Amino acid sequence: MPQSLQPWFLVIQRLGIALLTLVIVSFAVFFATELLPGDVAEILLGQAATPEAVAGLREAMGLNEPAISRFVGWLLGLAQGDLGNSYVNNMDVAELISGRLSNSLKLAGLTTLVSVPIALSLGIGAAMWRGSLFDRIVTVLTISVISVPEFMVATLAVLIFAVWLDWLPALSYGVDVSSLSAMLKAYAMPVIALSFVISAQMIRMTRAAVIETINTPYVEMALLKGASRKRMVLGHALPNALGPIANAVALSLSYLVGGVIIVETIFSYPGVAKLMVDAVSTRDLPLIQSCAMIFCVSYLSLITLADVIALLSNPRLR
Amino acid sequence: MTKTPNNWTSRDDAMVENMIRRGASRRDLLKMLMSSGVAAAAGGSLLMRASSAVAATPVSGGTLKAAGWSSSTADTLDPAKASLSTDYVRCCAFYNRLTFLDEAGQVQMELADTISSDDAKTWEVKLKSGVSFHDGKSLSAEDVVFSLNRHLDPAVGSKVNSIAAQMTEISKVDDLTVKIALASPNADLPTILALHHFMIVADGTTDFSKANGTGAFICEVFEPGVRSIAVKNPNYFKEQGAYLDSFEFFAIPDNNARVNALLSGDIDYAAAVNPRSSRLLDGSDDVSTLVSTSGNYTNLNMRLDMNPGDKAGFVEGMKYLLNREAIQKSAFRGFAEIANDQPVSPANRYHNPNIKPREFDPERAKALFEKAGVLGTEIPITASDAATASVDMATIVQQAGSQIGMNIKVDRVPSDGYWSNYWLKAPIHFGNINPRPTPDILFSLLYSSDAPWNESQYKSEKFDSMLIEARGALDEERRTSIYWDMQEMVANEAGTAIPVYISNMDAFSAKLGGLKANPLGGMMGYAFAEYVWLNN
Repeated sequence: MPQSLQPWFLVIQRLGIALLTLVIVSFAVFFATELLPGDVAEILLGQAATPEAVAGLREAMGLNEPAISRFVGWLLGLAQGDLGNSYVNNMDVAELISGRLSNSLKLAGLTTLVSVPIALSLGIGAAMWRGSLFDRIVTVLTISVISVPEFMVATLAVLIFAVWLDWLPALSYGVDVSSLSAMLKAYAMPVIALSFVISAQMIRMTRAAVIETINTPYVEMALLKGASRKRMVLGHALPNALGPIANAVALSLSYLVGGVIIVETIFSYPGVAKLMVDAVSTRDLPLIQSCAMIFCVSYLSLITLADVIALLSNPRLR
Repeated sequence: MTKTPNNWTSRDDAMVENMIRRGASRRDLLKMLMSSGVAAAAGGSLLMRASSAVAATPVSGGTLKAAGWSSSTADTLDPAKASLSTDYVRCCAFYNRLTFLDEAGQVQMELADTISSDDAKTWEVKLKSGVSFHDGKSLSAEDVVFSLNRHLDPAVGSKVNSIAAQMTEISKVDDLTVKIALASPNADLPTILALHHFMIVADGTTDFSKANGTGAFICEVFEPGVRSIAVKNPNYFKEQGAYLDSFEFFAIPDNNARVNALLSGDIDYAAAVNPRSSRLLDGSDDVSTLVSTSGNYTNLNMRLDMNPGDKAGFVEGMKYLLNREAIQKSAFRGFAEIANDQPVSPANRYHNPNIKPREFDPERAKALFEKAGVLGTEIPITASDAATASVDMATIVQQAGSQIGMNIKVDRVPSDGYWSNYWLKAPIHFGNINPRPTPDILFSLLYSSDAPWNESQYKSEKFDSMLIEARGALDEERRTSIYWDMQEMVANEAGTAIPVYISNMDAFSAKLGGLKANPLGGMMGYAFAEYVWLNN
């Protein structure tokens, strides 16, 4: 194989592994759901679940087919782009998800736009001026932010900015978003609450990665050669720290798609995390599977993207 | 701001408002307030606030945003499947029932013009004429036959399948008349038809992604787990239709978030607010509360077929050992009404007010325990967070017991699996029963000898025969007197101690008018959207 094609081969290999992971995850999720006590018929009937009523509903919903054939049927449908219908409300899963997913992506995108630049500059700055007052302030702040749970940040923010000061709406969905300022107002609090959670991790990792490369002999060499502190960090250390930083950023961002249930709940924001929780509590298999696929795809694509950045930025891997 | 005495809470406001609704005069109320130490001037202004909340002129127009506490992708517009308050609220806005229960618990006709029977077995339902569905179709007997028959089809998954099973024949007589035949006489049919699940849908409806009903609102947007938007129905059959132009309903599951959204003015109505938030709400002049007690209760069950419940005197002793006032004040922070050990609450028209709740009397309990020979032995009580406030209640009983030398041990078990592993099974345990509309349903579910949920294994042939007699009795006085006797039997003989009926508190913007407490539950029995208005 020609030397120049090797990184691309690695990338294709990564994508292949990602696809395989996806299939394995869908299988695991399916059987984990099967292990949960109760099925959708029992849960839908609740206190009215007499044995005859459950049997009748199961029959009507086609739940008597063996699990494996339902799984294969769902997988074949997925291959043709059909996510199936929800057991619970009989709506098209794709339709149920699409609105929620775009809400989640909007929130995730805005949070990324706000948090990544801030986190990276704070992390790099802290590494550049290691041991300075700035570094110590950043470190103390990030540790305190990591330690405070997000429901606390979110609830306090609502109490202060919505109830006492009346600057921002307490809910983020269904309020007026017709103008730019109204939209900024609606998203301000969830974005701030989420940024708090994910930035801390990114700042710590960025600082650690940059400091590690600063300690390597070649950066020391650059310093001895007479390069300025700025050039030493930005020109020599940072490009070599890109791989770990990209990984840290990807891990933090992957949290934004499926892991923001608390923020979604407090701000009454309909995203996919709440959808997944609903689906699990009603044992709505097609919906659980589809949500799990979305989380898995977003996680895998972020990690794969980080790997690709690491590969392409590292001359030794190139 | 109106001048209010210290310690005056929204709970007290609601109490005064409730008294006014029940017909108390200004003089009665002032006397009551003065006797409890409220100065005359402050008392007067309190009454003014309460009376203005009760009597006000309706205003048309405006958009109401209301938030419930639970919503998921299982939200449905199919009345047969409705299972949560969220579904009930939406169904009440979009559909109508044949009958409904008013705030006094009396049956009123809605889509039905009359419901009559000579023997309580064969019923004739005459429908109102000139009622139309949102799509323009007129209401006819076919729609009613279809709507009621759906509950018998297992594929529908109806929540009231077991209640509907007694309807052996549902058929059309003419365009506006339906005949319902029952397996055995049941004079409660008009009340049963007021259940939220018996809303009338159009004949042949299978798609419930939008609601096509006869209700005061037309469904414009419905996204399960997200929200619904309803607009006023211009062709509503009732003379006085909805006051609101539109009505948006969604859920904010977190109590604090719901209260905060109300306080910041983002919503106008927050359903089922935790009593813990009442102090936060009291601080705001823009928010009022509505307390409704509809018969939900947590009870202490002592199985009469197991030790120590089978020892004569033990059950009665425990009923005297329950400090009902302490349970009301500390376990429920005042948001409960003291009960008298039987399941028919004052919200129900068959409630027997002559049964006085047992006083807290540890000495008497001690004498009874001595008689039963249990004094000094260890008595385990199973409690769990699954049964509302049961852990607090168990602790209150335990403390009272320690004062008279009773060694009560509280076994606190996890919520998960409580209902299948401990409830009905442990010798002494707690239950939690939701409100039911008729004494017949309560007694047949919980107290007859063959009841599926006979919590204390109470068996009495006399009770069973009274239950059947009352069920078929069309004479209202006769039924009431039988039900009163049955309540007395349960209070004195069954092993279930019911210390309080739990209240539900809704909080809402002070701009909202027209709300009244209803025995079917909070939010005016979930039907508030049709009756409320927004003052400017």
